[in-house]
Formats: sequence, structure tokens, C-alpha cells
Amino acid sequence: MTRIITTYGPLLAVAMGQTLLLALYGLFFACIIGMIVGIMSVLESRVCRAIAAVFVNLIRGVPMIVLAYFIFFGVPYLWNSILGIGGLTLTALQAGSICLALNCGAYMAEIIRAGIESVDVGQMEAARSLGLPWWRSMVRVVLPQAIRTMIPSIINQFIITLKDTSILSVIGFPELVNTAKNVVAATFMSFQTWAIVGAMYLIVILLLQRAAKVLERRLKYDA
Amino acid sequence: MTHDIKNIVHVSHLKKSFKSLEVLKDVSLDVREGEVVVIIGPSGSGKSTFLRCLNRLEEATEGEIVIDGVDITDKKCDINKVREKVGMVFQHFNLFNNMNVLRNLMLAPVDLKKKDKETARKEAVEMLGRVGLADKADAYPHQLSGGQKQRVAIARALCMRPDIMLFDEPTSALDPEMVGEVLEVMKHLAHVGITMVVVTHEMGFAREVGDRVLFMDEGRILEEGAPEKLFESPENERLKAFLSKVL
Ligand SMILES: Nc1ncnc2c1ncn2[C@@H]1O[C@H](COP(=O)(O)OP(=O)(O)OP(=O)(O)O)[C@@H](O)[C@H]1O
Ligand SMILES: [Mg+2]
Repeated sequence: MTRIITTYGPLLAVAMGQTLLLALYGLFFACIIGMIVGIMSVLESRVCRAIAAVFVNLIRGVPMIVLAYFIFFGVPYLWNSILGIGGLTLTALQAGSICLALNCGAYMAEIIRAGIESVDVGQMEAARSLGLPWWRSMVRVVLPQAIRTMIPSIINQFIITLKDTSILSVIGFPELVNTAKNVVAATFMSFQTWAIVGAMYLIVILLLQRAAKVLERRLKYDA
Repeated sequence: MTHDIKNIVHVSHLKKSFKSLEVLKDVSLDVREGEVVVIIGPSGSGKSTFLRCLNRLEEATEGEIVIDGVDITDKKCDINKVREKVGMVFQHFNLFNNMNVLRNLMLAPVDLKKKDKETARKEAVEMLGRVGLADKADAYPHQLSGGQKQRVAIARALCMRPDIMLFDEPTSALDPEMVGEVLEVMKHLAHVGITMVVVTHEMGFAREVGDRVLFMDEGRILEEGAPEKLFESPENERLKAFLSKVL
């Protein structure tokens, strides 16, 4: 165990860094996608709601590993060979980030939609009755309340996405699981290696949960 | 659109359906400046729906609604501009839970650039004083009693300097001991000449403050007149039955 830590510790630490980097990119774009799609799904326009619903159902209906292969191999193939446009190559980090962003974005959209819908319609009506446009009412009154109720689910989704980065080992991104496989191949110490890797995920996720608790307390209205 | 007398509200032949359910069937009403109109009627008769049509929280299905000279059934009208001049007070207060009392009052005036922050704050504090809640400026809605919430809601609407105030059962969600404090504020508004349309089950208030009382049932105004006339010598059979139940 100690040999693994002393010899491969730095390597695994770097891999954890890569995992976090991938998760960060993914989550950043997932938040943007989730916000846009989530709000689209509460708009009056049927077209917007339909687009949002199709996106969410499509992503949720496809295993992420399939999505990862599709984006990493399928999309460049379509672009370069089938359409013959050429010149598209995706790095594993790019493909992985897109994959996480789409996958997590769809779930975030659902969280945001549910969050908005959990706010009493009277809040929106009161704001509109004062003459505030729909969008201002959303930003000033509804979203601040929705986000408060969404925080636990969002953190939960962040954790799931962080763990989902391990799936992206299949497209060769040097994140933690991929690196650990190499360590096991070199040392044959699978028990020790996987125990260490498990502990590393666990620590990061526990820290994330602590941060969430602090955030939740900070967001209390009368704090 | 001009009228001989200054009517703040002009509604003619308003109809409103939710899908196949016709809730308002041909309602007409004119409200003069400074008038207090009280609407009474059994549950489900369409009182709330009617009130909500007046600031287009519900879209009219048919008919004409002119507020302050603007036809709000016209899709092209700037409804937000009209709403600035139409205050609404809800049964369940609907104070913004994410803001303290002062920010509840300042939100619309500042956000709509009616006033700069300092002026808005001063007016908000003054308005709170007028509803007797000067000491609650920093409180959050969940820290207030029902009666206090409703008075804040009234103050919030007044901060926009509305030409007319709509009240939808403002005391129905209150404990009995808090009804009085809200009615007092409303009486005060009536006395200083604010035009009001009030849906209420408070017959005492209707009698004392109302210039005109409308009895609504099944989506129609079945009888209207001065409070004394309506309460002392009702003509419509349904109104008689209704009054015998509530008085
Ligand atoms: N958004 C809606 N969709 C469908 N039906 C509705 C909607 N809002 C109101 N209704 C129906 O319209 C009718 C009139 O409702 P409304 O709320 O206007 O009655 P009300 O006179 O205010 O009653 P109450 O005294 O109980 O408040 C009811 O039958 C109600 O079920
Ligand atoms: Mg009602």
C-alpha cells in the first residue's frame, strides 16, 4: 500500500486533477445548458417546451457510455467522412466535457424546471401585477427562491457527474480510473490501488457535501 | 377611447372561458374615479376571474376592457405599463419571500426605473408608516403575522402610485382577530379617494365603505346598487338566498 502511494501517488494525484478538470468543464457547461433548457421548459411557447422535452428525454434515454462513444468517434466520423467536410478532431477532454455537459445538463434542466415549478405561482403573479415583465419577475423573484430549493439536488447531481467522469475512461481520457488501470497493470496490486482510488473519490465527494451544507446555510433569507 | 365621465375601468360584454367551462358570461361594469365597488357572490361565481381579467392575469375570451383609456384586450397594448397603474392585493398576500419588507416595496419602483433607490426607500418607509408597520422594514415575510403581511402587500401596491386598487378577498386567509387591522387600512384608502374594486365576504365593510355593491353569480352580475338598497331590499331571488346565508 505504501509503495503504491509513494511511487504512484503523484501520478494518481495528477489523474485526480484531470478528473476534477473534466468534471469542472462538464459542470460549467451543464449549468448553462440546464439553465437554458430548464427555463425553456417553463415558457409559454409550446415550441420551446417541446424542444426542451425532446432534449431531456433523448439524453436521459441513452446510456452515457453510448453518448461518449457517439461524440468521440461518431460525430467526427459523420463530419469528416459521411458529410466529407473534414478537419474535425476532438480531444478526449473536449469530447468528455461535451458528453458530461449534455448528460448532466439534461438532469440539471429537470432540477431547474422542478425548482421553478415549486415556487408558488402567486409570486410570479404578484410581480407581474406590479408591472414587472416576465423575465424580470423570473430573475428577481422566482429564480432566487427556486435556486434555494434546488441546491441539494444540484449538489447531488454534481456528485453523480463527478463519478460519471470514470465512464469517460473508455475514450482514453487520463482521469483517475484510467490511470489506476495502468497502475494495476504495472504493479498487479489491484486491491491496494482500487482502495486508494475509492478513498480519493470519497474524500473529494465528502468535501463537496460539506461545502454544500455551508452554502445552504448561507442562503437562508434572514441570515 | 374617451368617455363623458372619467371612467377608470370600462368593461363591456366580457366573457371568459377556461377550455369549455364558461366562467364569465357577459359582464359589463364602469368604475368612476374615486369609487369603491364591492363584489359579493357565492364561491365559484367568477369574482376572482373577473378581477384578474382587469389586469390581464387572465385573458378575456370576448368583450372589451378599457383601463385608464387603454384597451387591454388589444394584444398590442403595453400591459406592463397598465399594470403599473393597477395595484392588486391577493388573498394569500404573495409577498416576495426572498426579500425583506423594504425590498418588497422597493422592487417594482426601482426595477421599473420609476424612482431612484433613495427616493424609493423614503417612500417605502413612509408607506409602511401609513399601514402602521414602520418597525417591520427589515423583517422577512415569514416573520410577519397574516394581518401584517396583508398590510405590507397593500403598501407594496401603493408604492407604484396606482390609479386603482384591486382586492381579491384580502381578509379571507386571516385569523378573525387580524381582519380588522386590514379593513382599517382599506377604509383609510377609500376615504382618501383611491379607486377600489374589492371582492370580499365582509358584508360590514361592503355596507360601510362601498359606493356600489355588485352581486355576482354563475358568471353574471345579477344585481347592483347602493349598499343600503342591495342589503335592505334585494330583488333578485338568488341574492336574497345568498344574503340569508351570509348575514
Ligand atoms: N385557471 C383556471 N382553469 C380552469 N378553471 C378555472 C381556473 N380559474 C378558475 N376556474 C374556475 O372558474 C370558476 C370561477 O372561479 P373563481 O375563482 O373566479 O370564483 P370565485 O367567485 O372567486 O370563488 P371564491 O369565492 O371561491 O374565490 C370556478 O368554477 C373555477 O373552478
Ligand atoms: Mg376567488
